[in-house]
Formats: sequence, C-alpha cells, structure tokens
Amino acid sequence: MNRQSNIQSKAGTKNSCIDSCIMEGYNYAYLDEQTKRMIRRTILKAVAIPGHQVPFGSREMPLPYGWGTGGMQITASLIGSKDILKVIDQGADDTTNAVSIRRFFSRTAGVLTTTRTQEATLIQTRHRIPETHLIKDQIIIYQVPIPEPLRFIEPRDKEVRRMHALKEYGIMYVKLYEDIARHGRIAKAFDYPVLVNGRYIMSPSPIPKFDNPKMNRMPALQLFGAGREKRIYAVPPYTEVKSLDFDDYPFEVERWPLCCALCGSDSSYLDEIILDDKGSKLFVCSDTDHCNKRVDKGYRGNQEKPVQEAKTCIRTGERKCA
Amino acid sequence: MCMKDSNHIPLLKVKSISKYYGRRIGCRKIDFELWPGEVLGIVGESGSGKTTLLNCISGQMEPSEGAVWYAGNGGVIDMCAAPEPQRRLAMRTEMGTVYQNPRDGLRMHISAGGNIGERLMANGLRHYGKVRRKALNWLEKVEIDSERIDDIPVTFSGGMQQRLQIARNLVTNPRLVFMDEPTSGLDVSVQARLLDLLKGLVTELDLSMVMVTHDLAVTRLLAHRLIVMKDGEAVESGLTDQVLDDPQHPYTQLLVSSILHP
Ligand SMILES: Nc1ncnc2c1ncn2[C@@H]1O[C@H](COP(=O)(O)OP(=O)(O)OP(=O)(O)O)[C@@H](O)[C@H]1O
Ligand SMILES: [Mg+2]
Ligand SMILES: [Zn+2]
Repeated sequence: MNRQSNIQSKAGTKNSCIDSCIMEGYNYAYLDEQTKRMIRRTILKAVAIPGHQVPFGSREMPLPYGWGTGGMQITASLIGSKDILKVIDQGADDTTNAVSIRRFFSRTAGVLTTTRTQEATLIQTRHRIPETHLIKDQIIIYQVPIPEPLRFIEPRDKEVRRMHALKEYGIMYVKLYEDIARHGRIAKAFDYPVLVNGRYIMSPSPIPKFDNPKMNRMPALQLFGAGREKRIYAVPPYTEVKSLDFDDYPFEVERWPLCCALCGSDSSYLDEIILDDKGSKLFVCSDTDHCNKRVDKGYRGNQEKPVQEAKTCIRTGERKCA
Repeated sequence: MCMKDSNHIPLLKVKSISKYYGRRIGCRKIDFELWPGEVLGIVGESGSGKTTLLNCISGQMEPSEGAVWYAGNGGVIDMCAAPEPQRRLAMRTEMGTVYQNPRDGLRMHISAGGNIGERLMANGLRHYGKVRRKALNWLEKVEIDSERIDDIPVTFSGGMQQRLQIARNLVTNPRLVFMDEPTSGLDVSVQARLLDLLKGLVTELDLSMVMVTHDLAVTRLLAHRLIVMKDGEAVESGLTDQVLDDPQHPYTQLLVSSILHP
C-alpha cells in the first residue's frame, strides 16, 4: 500500500486539469446551481439551530432513496474543486456503495478522493464516525434514513414539531425507562438519541452508540441529510452533544472480549467475523483506514488468540491482547 | 402568606366561555369560579356541551370567546391567551385530565410503570429507580397489583385502565384535575369502587376538580357544587344538595325525577 498518500484522482495526478476529469453533459457535482444554493441555505439554517431538522426540497439523485441520497445532496452542494473526499460505508472505504459514491463525485466534480481520514476535507458516511479524531475545517456528512427521533411514538408531523418546539421530551425518557424495565439496561445500540446544545433531541443516524461520544464538542462540522424524508440538520463545531440516560443508568458504550485481530487496537469499534461452522470468530476494526494505518505503523493483532484468554484480560482490568 | 392569598382568589375563573362549531352551538356564555379544594360537577344530557366546556377550560380547545383565568403556582394566566409553552407547562405540571376513553389518556403500548412515570420524566426526573418507586407507590394507591407494573394497559380491564389514568395524572401532585365521565362504561360495582377511590384521593391530596358526568348519583357523592347544562347553556347552578333536593329549572326537575323513577 502506498504509505505516502492515498489520494486518488481520475487523471492519476493531483492537480490535473479539472475540466478534463468532469463528465460531460452534467452540471458540476451533478445538481444544478439553484438547487445547490437552496441546499446551502438549508444547511446555514441548520447550523444556526443545532439539532433542529430543517425541511428542504430534496431532489432525485441517480440512485434510489436509502442509498444515501440525503448525504449526497449535501456533499454535492458543498464540494469544491479543491476538496478531497472520503466516503465510508459501515467504516469501510471499499464497499460497493462507498466506491460508487466516491466515483460519482470524482466524475461529476473532478475532485480528488482519499481513504485516509486525516487527508479528507469532506467525509460522507453511512453508519460510522471514523476513529481518527476529526479536526477543524473538516466536514462530516451523515446519510440519514429516519431523521425524526420522536417518530416512533407520534406519527403526526405537526404534533412532533410542537413537541420539539416546546421541548416536551418526556416520552424519550419513557422509551429508556421501558428498555430498563424490560431488559435491565438501555438496549438501544444504534441511532441512540442525543440532546444537542441542551435544546433539541436529535437522531444521530444509525451509527453505533460507540460513536456518540465522538460527536460531543467535535471540532469538525457535522451535517445530516435525509433524502427521502427531506430533512437536513447539523451540529456546529464544538457543540455539546449528550446521549440521553438516567443518573442511575448512565450512558455506556459497547465493549468487546477481544482486541482487533489485525492491528491489536483495544479502543476502536470492532466487527465480529465468523470464521467457520464451529462458531470460531474474530474481531476486526470496522474502520478500515484506522486499522490499515496501525498495521502500517507496525501494530499487530493475534488472530489465534481465543476469546477465553481475552476475557481473562478484561477480568484483570487489562485490555492488552497483542 | 402565599397560602392565604391563594385561598382568597379562585383557582379557576371562567368568564363567558362560548364555543361554536360553525353555526352549531357547543356551549354558550358559561361563567363560574372554582375554589381551591372544590369539586365542581357538570351535568346534562348527551350533546348538552359538557365535553366542549371541559375542553375549553382545560386548555385543550380554543373557545370562540371568553377567558379562563387560572391562578397557578407561577401566577395567574389566561388559559386561552397565554403563550403555548406557559400553558402546556401548567397543564403538565399543575393540571391533569382523565378522559372518558382510556385510549385518549393512556399510552396503550407503554407499560403501566412507563405511563405513570411519563409526567415525572417530562418534568425533569432523570433517575430510573425513583421513577420506578413512585410508579409502584401509585399503583398501590389506585389498587392495581404491583406485579402489573410492566404490563401494558391493553391487558387491563376497563376499571383498571381508568385507575391507571388517574395514577398517571396525579403522580406529579397536580392542583387541578379535569375528568370527563370517568366512570361511564364501567360495571356498577366497579364504578362504585372507583368513586370511593376518587373521593379518598380528593380529600387526601386536597385536589380541586371539574368533573363531567351525566350521572347525578356520582355528583351527589363527589361534587360540592353543580352546573346543569342544556343545549350548550348553564340553566342552573348551586350547591349539589340544593340543586338535587330543590331543583328550580324545569329541566333540572326533569333530570332529578328521572333518576328517582327510572
Ligand atoms: N368537533 C365537533 N364538530 C362539530 N360539532 C361538535 C363537535 N363536538 C361537539 N359538537 C356538537 O356540540 C354539541 C355539544 O357536544 P359535546 O360533545 O360537548 O356534548 P356532551 O355534553 O359532552 O355530550 P355527551 O354526554 O354525549 O358526551 C353537540 O351538539 C355536538 O354535536
Ligand atoms: Mg361528552
Ligand atoms: Zn484493527
């Protein structure tokens, strides 16, 4: 793997003529300029009211709803020729969806793309926040299927808006109460609701709750786009984002019995991989860039390390596996 | 001093409330006052405007004209004109509403404990253990087996659902409770127990209450004063015993005689 840089452009060189890269017959970044201006205005409004969902005139994109059309419209409206785009799907840069969105923007906007989190200026994501800390001037764009955290209890849009406006959020805590009463703990593992800036309850899209703490006071701008539901919302840099919980049942992130089998990381979100019929499994980082970077630096995991041994690690309070 | 003051002004002052549904009259020019600790019964036949009036004075429906002054903990507010946040805050902290149909007043797919706990959590309680203890406590008060705390109301009998509604409303110690036919649709024996329970709670908690019913026996048991409605208007009002024992208006006389000779 290329250690120096993972930046790719269609022409193969970093600063080749943008025009020659862009597909003919399409507007820059696919959407027409008027639509992009409308979406930018929506984004500005969303940034001004952290966590508040702003409706927008969602356009058709050349892929079906549910494939990230909301995120793509935000990306299309913001992306400039100097931007460097990273797209992840469940943490991976190399899934079909991530690859095709990346290719889409490299063709329609002629931008450079990368798999490296720290090199990207724009990161469009489905279901994860990168492990690498995002910094000032980066923008992360979440693809959101269901933007409304109150929808489960109240199907009427008008009533939901009223609940947000009056900050009537008791029902969200009822949901947590029900979880604890039934399961002995808060069972929600994805799309775990948060309170933004002490004001609006927001659905963070189906990221694992593991990623929730990363949203808190993140230096990067966070934008959320729901294409089918026609909503955009935002968390401006350094904004407080608090996961809902009870004093006696505080918010906790998930833990794993093993470290990453590839890079030995004990602090990243791990995917479980079943190895055979006998149920042997190992855990690897869901963030492929993070994992590769560690392996490149010389970190190693231990694939043979059985779950048993790692459990001992936890019991002694040590989470060292490598 | 506060206590003294609050006993010298009515808790609720209803001033010439009218509600028109297009050209049809819901209720017309209703005036009354409700004093702290008082239970007011609103009686009348079906369609006489009882529910309309109750909805107007409890902040759930906008009247066509008139005003409702509520002397709450945060001072006197006009329930028809105050900003919505202020009104809704008063409604969820100091007031309660028990609906005729439990479906309107309960979350049918949330456990009994969650139903009781909702107002506590809406008002800022962020401690599961405390919510749970309060819920158990209130289940006991309304005579629902504590074993049922994690069951959902669809598995409850009609009487239990009404008692759960009452618990859900009273858990935050409201000062004022509105009830719309809380006992209709229940068996006579279940009705009697619910009324006993209500009577006990009203005294114990020093509740003020406006209760709509078409059952004069219910008002005899619970209400200090009565308003008799017909065709949207209040045709007679006064102390319960006076109205029932010596009705002045022909319509009230008819109502009273109809329960004496069923
Ligand atoms: N939403 C509405 N639209 C139009 N007319 C209505 C509406 N609600 C009530 N009304 C009318 O207003 C009048 C008073 O109705 P209301 O429901 O207040 O009576 P009620 O005394 O509560 O009757 P009941 O004992 O049957 O519950 C009736 O003539 C009724 O038809
Ligand atoms: Mg009615
Ligand atoms: Zn790894």
